[in-house]
Amino acid sequence: MHLSDSDADAQFRAELRTWLAEAVPTLPSPPDPRDWPGRRAYDTLWQRMLFDAGYAGVNWPAEYGGRGATPTQHLIFLEEAATAKAPDVGVGFVGQMHAGPTLIAEGTPEQQAHHLRGILTGDHVWCQGFSEPGAGSDLASLRTRAIRDGDHYVVSGQKIWTSHAMVADYCELLVRTDTDAPKHKGISWLIMPMDLPGIEVRPLMTVQGSAEFAELFLDEVRIPVTNRVGEENDGWRVTNVTLSFERGTGFVGELLDTTNIMGELVELARRTPRGPGTAWDDDGLRRDIGAVAAELDALWAFTKRNVSQGAKGGMAMGSGSAFKMSYAAVVHRLGDIALRVLDRSSLAFDDIGEDRTGAQLHHKLKGFAVGIGGGTSQIQQNIIAERVLGLPRER
Amino acid sequence: MDLDPSAEQRELQEMITRFSLDRFPTDIVRAAAEPGRFDRAAWRELAELGTFGIAVDEEAGGVGLRWIDAVLVHESLGAALTPGPLVAAALAAGLVDGVLDGSVVPAIVERPTHGPAFVEHLTSADVLLVIDQDGVSSIDPATVNTRALPTPTDPATPVSIIEELPSGDRLADADTARRWRLLGSLLASAQLVGIAEGSTTLAVAYANEREQFGRPIGSFQGLKHLLADCYARTEVARSALWAAGVLVDEPEAGDLMRAVAGTRVLAARAATENAKTGLQVHGGMGFTWEVDAHLFLKRAWVLETAFGSVDEAAEAVAASLEPGSISS
Repeated sequence: MHLSDSDADAQFRAELRTWLAEAVPTLPSPPDPRDWPGRRAYDTLWQRMLFDAGYAGVNWPAEYGGRGATPTQHLIFLEEAATAKAPDVGVGFVGQMHAGPTLIAEGTPEQQAHHLRGILTGDHVWCQGFSEPGAGSDLASLRTRAIRDGDHYVVSGQKIWTSHAMVADYCELLVRTDTDAPKHKGISWLIMPMDLPGIEVRPLMTVQGSAEFAELFLDEVRIPVTNRVGEENDGWRVTNVTLSFERGTGFVGELLDTTNIMGELVELARRTPRGPGTAWDDDGLRRDIGAVAAELDALWAFTKRNVSQGAKGGMAMGSGSAFKMSYAAVVHRLGDIALRVLDRSSLAFDDIGEDRTGAQLHHKLKGFAVGIGGGTSQIQQNIIAERVLGLPRER
Repeated sequence: MDLDPSAEQRELQEMITRFSLDRFPTDIVRAAAEPGRFDRAAWRELAELGTFGIAVDEEAGGVGLRWIDAVLVHESLGAALTPGPLVAAALAAGLVDGVLDGSVVPAIVERPTHGPAFVEHLTSADVLLVIDQDGVSSIDPATVNTRALPTPTDPATPVSIIEELPSGDRLADADTARRWRLLGSLLASAQLVGIAEGSTTLAVAYANEREQFGRPIGSFQGLKHLLADCYARTEVARSALWAAGVLVDEPEAGDLMRAVAGTRVLAARAATENAKTGLQVHGGMGFTWEVDAHLFLKRAWVLETAFGSVDEAAEAVAASLEPGSISS
């Protein structure tokens, strides 16, 4: 067991750091979060810069256009990018983290040739059409129907929580192709071009006041059968193959972002007048911040553990669940402390003056997104209880 | 970077676990604090496995491994509720003759700023080691006026009170004292992580076996979520622990002081919360002396105060966040 970089890793880190120091300052100022075309342009500009420098798809296999770096180097990439305050993956999230890896594992050579490069260059933006109003934690109960009509599927239904749908070129879509089979056995995975007739995108406002995701209404959308990835009715397995592609780095950007927010909160507490001194002089508050910092350090170490295991063949069952539910809890705790520091200034949802007060409130609300999206904390608890601890299933 | 134990390290842990459960079964553990119960032969056998000299150089008679290995060993010792002055022996093995092979049994205490000193395992100790700001001193327990408590909180940890701690003979300097405090906190945290896991394992076994309303109580989400929380607390604390353990061996790779302090906060929380959950999951039986759940809780309470409090540790982490601190 060791934490220091190997010689090769140290060299990778040093070269990357040098490149980031030159590249990041050339970026224009970030767009308004509500300006979706602006966000797409900004995020894909950065992706193109990464691509040209050889840092696109760091963890993707080299034969599919990636860098083929080790999981440790992927972690170093994410760590250095966050430290350099480089843009995060942004609108490239679904393509790079899920759709691309799925195509690598299950796509035909034609599908791979058509899509993978565009994901890496930033030219193709993807969104995810998995969840439905009636299929959340029980995703496999999804009902969006695909009926075969010659060499097309005719797809009708409704999807929800579709991030980046407003600017996406393609959607990874789960549809029901067999209504009689058991729920996991009648699902297929389709590539849906977002410019097909019959697709309506309705932005969905979040508690943060932004349209971070959307609903998709699909009305007899005709999708070529050649856009199916994997066999018909094998879509559930296809969806889950990417789980083994994920090597514990899924939350690195978020975790480092939260660490930055904590640093800002310490600064805020040290400037905020309270009693005869500042909020930072409050022993209870200060120790609570110390405990949250300890948790963030621990989650960073947990990430390194998971990446280390992933590099050896696979993360232990339950590690991802334990990480995610713990991370959600610590984001909430940090937000609770932020509200104690902000006190009455928490009535303003935007930054006041020089202080990044609004950012603290936004981050507090983000705790809900972490604890709900991608499997609620309660679902993670069920996974741990049944698959790790071996407790009996309830049903 | 590799924060996952090797196969050899896992085997080392399993060996310690097997020995502890075999040589210190529950009925021995439960009575360990009673007068005359300390088993010197078993202690020597534990020493012969290399338990105390894991991180001591081979030339000095140790195993010659690293502190992360000692951390892993103490995790297993904690999970098995192994009795005895384990942290004291690991700290003193490189300095006090006879500790390494188990022939000399040490006790360690930090000199209190006020009030009497509460010393664990003094009743079986051949030497009392005192840590203070200026260094480490040794005292012959026979020369000190001590009072063994008839009812220590943990039935496996005998405790004595010393009203007036003499100054003793200086053994090592202030740097050694600081190092012992740091390593002592870390090894106690390692045992706390072991306790967090051990109490969960016990509770999970009961939840699988105990039936109410016609099915195992572990099938109810109310219990599942309590136990899943235990698992998550253990794994988060264990991650912090392993990073801190590696940093002892590679101090240039991070902030060791902060890592040890942070580990203490999380390990103490994991151990006490999981042990409390363990009692709750056992229902009425959890409130009885005969079920082992309380042994985990009480050992956690003992270790929680060893080599600095949780509040001090949280304070130390907070201090590391201030601009100009060594960490930032």
